[in-house]
Amino acid sequence: MKEWVDIVLIAIVVANLMLLVSSRLAACIRIVAVQGIAAGILPLVMHPSEIGLEMLAFSGCSIILKGVVFPWLLSRVLREGNVRREVEAFVSFSSSVIVGVICTGLAFWITRRLPLPVTVLSPLIIPVSFATIFIGLFVITSRVQAMTQVLGYLVLENGIYVTGMAFLVQQPVVVELGILLDIFVAVFVMGIAIFHISREFDHIDTQQLSKLRDN
Amino acid sequence: MNNVALIPAGTMFFLSPLLVGIINKTKAFFAGRQGVPLLQAYYDIYKLLHKGAVYSRTTTWVFRAGPAVGLGVLFLAALIVPCGSTGSVISFPGDIILLAYLLGLARFFMALAALDTGSSFEGMGASREMHFSVLAEPAFILGIAALMRQTGELSLGGIYGSLSPHLWLSAGPVLIFVCAALMLVLLAENCRVPVDDPNTHLELTMIHEVMVLDHSGPDLAFILYSQCLKLWVFGTLVAGLVVPAASGNAVLCFCVFAGSMAMVSVITGVVESIMARFRLIKIPLLLIGALSLSILALLFQVR
Repeated sequence: MKEWVDIVLIAIVVANLMLLVSSRLAACIRIVAVQGIAAGILPLVMHPSEIGLEMLAFSGCSIILKGVVFPWLLSRVLREGNVRREVEAFVSFSSSVIVGVICTGLAFWITRRLPLPVTVLSPLIIPVSFATIFIGLFVITSRVQAMTQVLGYLVLENGIYVTGMAFLVQQPVVVELGILLDIFVAVFVMGIAIFHISREFDHIDTQQLSKLRDN
Repeated sequence: MNNVALIPAGTMFFLSPLLVGIINKTKAFFAGRQGVPLLQAYYDIYKLLHKGAVYSRTTTWVFRAGPAVGLGVLFLAALIVPCGSTGSVISFPGDIILLAYLLGLARFFMALAALDTGSSFEGMGASREMHFSVLAEPAFILGIAALMRQTGELSLGGIYGSLSPHLWLSAGPVLIFVCAALMLVLLAENCRVPVDDPNTHLELTMIHEVMVLDHSGPDLAFILYSQCLKLWVFGTLVAGLVVPAASGNAVLCFCVFAGSMAMVSVITGVVESIMARFRLIKIPLLLIGALSLSILALLFQVR
């Protein structure tokens, strides 16, 4: 099953890079959804011998949340809240890709020096999860709109989720469910907040939020 | 010198214009047209060889040398790339660097010939071609470097000889990334659709086509043929990776190889049919994407 794990991990890495180059918010939402689905099926392909009701429920839960519910919420905001459909960034797309590759390289460099408590199935899991976390952080910091920050947050969570998957042997399901719940609340609140902000004001540009007075 | 490889290498010089024909037929199929004949590239080259060349008075010997140098250099480059698992005719450790520099030399002379005409359009084309190749070249070299590290071989013939379906299972991620990067480089270097439209003749948007506007007759035939060879060179690198034929039978090997080359042309044709050309400012992004795929392939290996 190592090949399937590798394919899922490749999908996650490619989704990271595609998120950094795509200039349409709708495409970004779709990419993050695909990444969430890939992360969701990871436990199933990693431990095919241990597939039980608990694992299926857990995996199905995260796939439905990340692949259906979050994208639906976010695209609703995109459709109804008066949001610009293009990604606005402080960093150009080309530089973003280069930073993404540097993040991935950094992740590989760090994880080579990181002693692991357990042996993991594929040596790629930990570096890929770290790279996803770094790129999620980069997306949060380098993009202007509130929507892209939510997406960066989701990517960050995907990275944490994949890290958790590497140590699934120790049953971190409870922890994972807790994180998922946090994220769900975050997206829910952010989705509603963005929706309301954009109804009250005519933009959801976070740059504008740092200025308090009218000009 | 690898004498066994001379036979597939010899057929290559005859078959390379066919790749363009396959691409055009695929595009015609998608558009629901009959399309130009499969052998149109041969007809074009034949026709052009029988015409006289017209040289502008402002041009010097550089303009005349460009197509000839390009053809000679690509001839040599085509001998370096391996045809299937029979290996390449000329093979030595590090021949990838020679290959990259040969392609660079051909490009350099093409750009010089374009600049020599003094036409502002051709200068623009030369500038664009150089700009995009600066980004495509590292993607190409790093992709092959990843393959070198994976197989432990230093020559192209050795690398492609030691690829096997087994390697795809054990090192799938690396090969997938290299394959995608090389395919993007193929599209960029051969002026295929997401980067450049080979059919367009609008000076403001075209890249390669604008550089050869002033060439005529046999010179243009040389350029057309060296483009076919270039497509073949990059095609072999992709095809050999996707379909690693490692059976002992030389004839079977060559058939598999020819089939995979046809497949690469069909894929190129499909990409051209279903995609629109990118805006000029988007192309560097595509090539940086190819570069990052190559770097990822290297990273996935070092781990």
